[in-house]
Amino acid sequence: MTANRLLENNASGNDSGLGGGKSLVARAAAAQCSSSVCRPPRPRCLKFLTSCLALVVVWGATVLAAGSPQETISAAARKVVKLYGAGGVRGLESYQSGILVSPDGGILTVMSTVLDSDEIDCVLDDGSRHRATLKGVDPRRELALLSIDATDLPAFALEIGGPAAVGTRVIALSNLFGVAVGDERVSAQRGVISAIVPLEARRGVAEAPFSGDVYVLDCTTSNPGSPGGALVDSEGRLLGMLGKELRSTASGIWLNYALPAAELERGYRDILAGTTAPPADRTGRFDPRRCGLILVPDLLDRTPPFVEGVAPDSAADRAGLQPDDLVIAVGARAVSSRAAVERELGGLASGDPVKLSVVRDGRIVDVDLGPRPPDAKTVEGP
Amino acid sequence: MITRGRAFRCRRAGWLLAVVSLTVGLRPFSALAEVDPAVLQAEARRIEVIRSASRCAVAIFAGESGGGSGVLVSPDGYALTNFHVVQPAGPTMRCGLDDGRLYDAVLVGLDPTGDVALIRLLGRDDFPFATPADSDLVQPGDFCFAAGNPFLLATDLKPSISAGIVSGVHRYQFPAGTILEYADCLQVDAAINPGNSGGGLFDAAGRLIGVNGRASFEKRGRVNVGVGYAISANQLRNFLGMLRGGRLVDHATLGATVSSSVDGRVLVSDILESSDAWRRGLRYDDEIVALAGRPVRTVNAFKNVLGTLPAGWKVPVAYRRDGRRHEAIVRLAAVHSAADLAALVAREMESRPGFVNFQFNTVERDRVARSIAASRPAAATGPWELAGTLAAGGRFRMQLADEEAVIDLPTGTTRIDPLGDLAADAGPPGSGGLLAALAIWRRVVQSGPAALAGTTYWGTAPRNPRDLVDAAAVELVDVLEVAVAGVTAHVAVAADGTVTHVDFWMDAEGEPCEVSFGPPDADDPRGLPTRIDVARGGEPFGTFLVEPAEETP
Repeated sequence: MTANRLLENNASGNDSGLGGGKSLVARAAAAQCSSSVCRPPRPRCLKFLTSCLALVVVWGATVLAAGSPQETISAAARKVVKLYGAGGVRGLESYQSGILVSPDGGILTVMSTVLDSDEIDCVLDDGSRHRATLKGVDPRRELALLSIDATDLPAFALEIGGPAAVGTRVIALSNLFGVAVGDERVSAQRGVISAIVPLEARRGVAEAPFSGDVYVLDCTTSNPGSPGGALVDSEGRLLGMLGKELRSTASGIWLNYALPAAELERGYRDILAGTTAPPADRTGRFDPRRCGLILVPDLLDRTPPFVEGVAPDSAADRAGLQPDDLVIAVGARAVSSRAAVERELGGLASGDPVKLSVVRDGRIVDVDLGPRPPDAKTVEGP
Repeated sequence: MITRGRAFRCRRAGWLLAVVSLTVGLRPFSALAEVDPAVLQAEARRIEVIRSASRCAVAIFAGESGGGSGVLVSPDGYALTNFHVVQPAGPTMRCGLDDGRLYDAVLVGLDPTGDVALIRLLGRDDFPFATPADSDLVQPGDFCFAAGNPFLLATDLKPSISAGIVSGVHRYQFPAGTILEYADCLQVDAAINPGNSGGGLFDAAGRLIGVNGRASFEKRGRVNVGVGYAISANQLRNFLGMLRGGRLVDHATLGATVSSSVDGRVLVSDILESSDAWRRGLRYDDEIVALAGRPVRTVNAFKNVLGTLPAGWKVPVAYRRDGRRHEAIVRLAAVHSAADLAALVAREMESRPGFVNFQFNTVERDRVARSIAASRPAAATGPWELAGTLAAGGRFRMQLADEEAVIDLPTGTTRIDPLGDLAADAGPPGSGGLLAALAIWRRVVQSGPAALAGTTYWGTAPRNPRDLVDAAAVELVDVLEVAVAGVTAHVAVAADGTVTHVDFWMDAEGEPCEVSFGPPDADDPRGLPTRIDVARGGEPFGTFLVEPAEETP
């Protein structure tokens, strides 16, 4: 695999124009070349011939033009979706992007307040509209897996992401500014990977939980609606996912970056397996959904902690919480915002009793949700 | 660190390492030694394309109040720009070109709804100009570049170039707090900054695909974030004739609103009974499937198509009812009243309502008049007598003279005084004023529009609305507007100077009498047509098969 990457990086350094790149023949040949590394030793002369053949094919194929940028965009855009959910308040858009990662409707996107809704709509490239359900999240990488009820969809193969290096030409596909309405295709922007560096970014005062390497881009992708969009190479292979709108911790400028495909694949696997790591706990928050308590979307600086819904058969359900209850205290401590509720719950140890005071029909009602669950690996969707 | 780790593992792959180093070592070296001639050729071509586009770029200076960009579209100095660029400038402005010279320019026509203005640079008849491309063929991923005057940097009058790709096509941008509607526009990631407004967007071959005018801005302030929008060249083409006529142009409405049904179809949700669409048979809940030759699958697509069409054009509308597809040719109405539109234009610069600069109307009208006069055979003067058979059976005879116009049909005879009150007789009965329409036809051909009081240049319209299905096939013909004694006629004149259509209205609300003329009869010294088709309200009134004149009158 490593040799393969080196070969390809070198080849892509010679691409000219957006149309540059290698054909599928080159891919296949390169893949063959790399797999021979892993196989048991073969006679030297055969190895020599295989390598030579692969080299000739790679060289030859670089001369041939790959798919035109128009074709690349057309093919890749079919695997990008537009997502519509909660928000609409100034500075918090109600839309973002996502990528199809399985033919049966698995969609990977960024975890955000847009998903803080029971009604997430997903519009595919053909304009068809589907209701999406949240399957799980990876809090550390801030990824979310959604699912729509569909089959035979075109999807990105996460495990065969294209090679990426500083200087690789890229195309970003996203639902930026929500300009692509109805059956209109997502927007395409072109650019270059300017740097591959650890993410040091923040949103407001909160630091981004992910701090691994990201692709920094030279085109402006930090736009409303772009998060969750696809970053592809000139052949349409997935390189990464456009990240959330974040500012650099160092300089305060808005960052145009993408989470590498390898991280997406790990996040996807972890979500499916239920083995996601909790966020590096900088906030000390605890998600009340883990007790079955769904609060209204956190859209404001101080969102009043009204109960949006209660998951059936959950601790919150058994405790008798009802939609429209207003949480005013966790234990003995008064809370006035949703964030405060999450902080107070985060301050409890696993197994501590969770006691809430809520206002219902003008009266204060105390409820007991039983012991607080441990810091689990996954967060179930509402 | 990562790279070193990889290289280390490579070393264990022994043989392959040699191959890899060979590749790594050789390729950049050979690239330095000689560059593929195709690459150099492509580079030289791009430089030439950008150089030639730069010559058509106009830097517009509107004094203290700002400025922007424009693009020349004809050798006699007509240039397109944005309404919002010329709005603060008023009727005259100073424009700079790539040759480093300043030119005086005047405002010619305005399309405030579409954010388009036509200006004319004065002083030369050999200006470099851009050739338009069919913008419906543009697709995401196409190379494009903008030539303009961002941040009014062009103090040396030379344009700034920014390159990118087309990010999206057929975008609809709501009139955000203004009336400026960007329908069916092109979205690009080439940098579009304040000051680029009104400048040209070009394709890889240097052809004009649009006029830049808008961009999405957000948290970073008013600077490019890779999301710019251009008015499409095809929309500009539709309006150019009216703009050249010095008009204050309006956009169109079908007279019906649409909404999408649960299953995603586009249905008529409301319709004015006074609209042409209603008269042509469109009703509530009909499913619109195509408009002006373009498929309509979403409400957005409907608004996109409509936003590119001028008021007054006739366009085909295809709709489905009870599983059956119908098609009708519908005349589009104006979105605004003339007074509202005039109020939108901040400054009072026209002496006539509906015009920005009437001077240009006279220029265009006289151009058409000259073209008619040049094509008119000498024998076409004096009274015209036409006789022949009706396609439906029976004979007809027409006499068109200055003193009297007479038509004999199997159903009876009609006479009018062509110089008198044309609104008095809509005969022959059921035609909506065929005789008056024919009288106007003769007078426009014989005496030229200048002699006909109340004749203005209306603009251009498709010769055949059904051709709108193929942007490349559409033939736009000049249209003169004759308004005398309370009646109105639109007289369409082809490029060869022959009259192809006359639409005649007895009153503003009624159905026009629509007369279309076949090609001139080669055997007729007067050059009159062999065939005249007459329709009213979408129904044929009659087809007149003209026999060649027996002797020269």
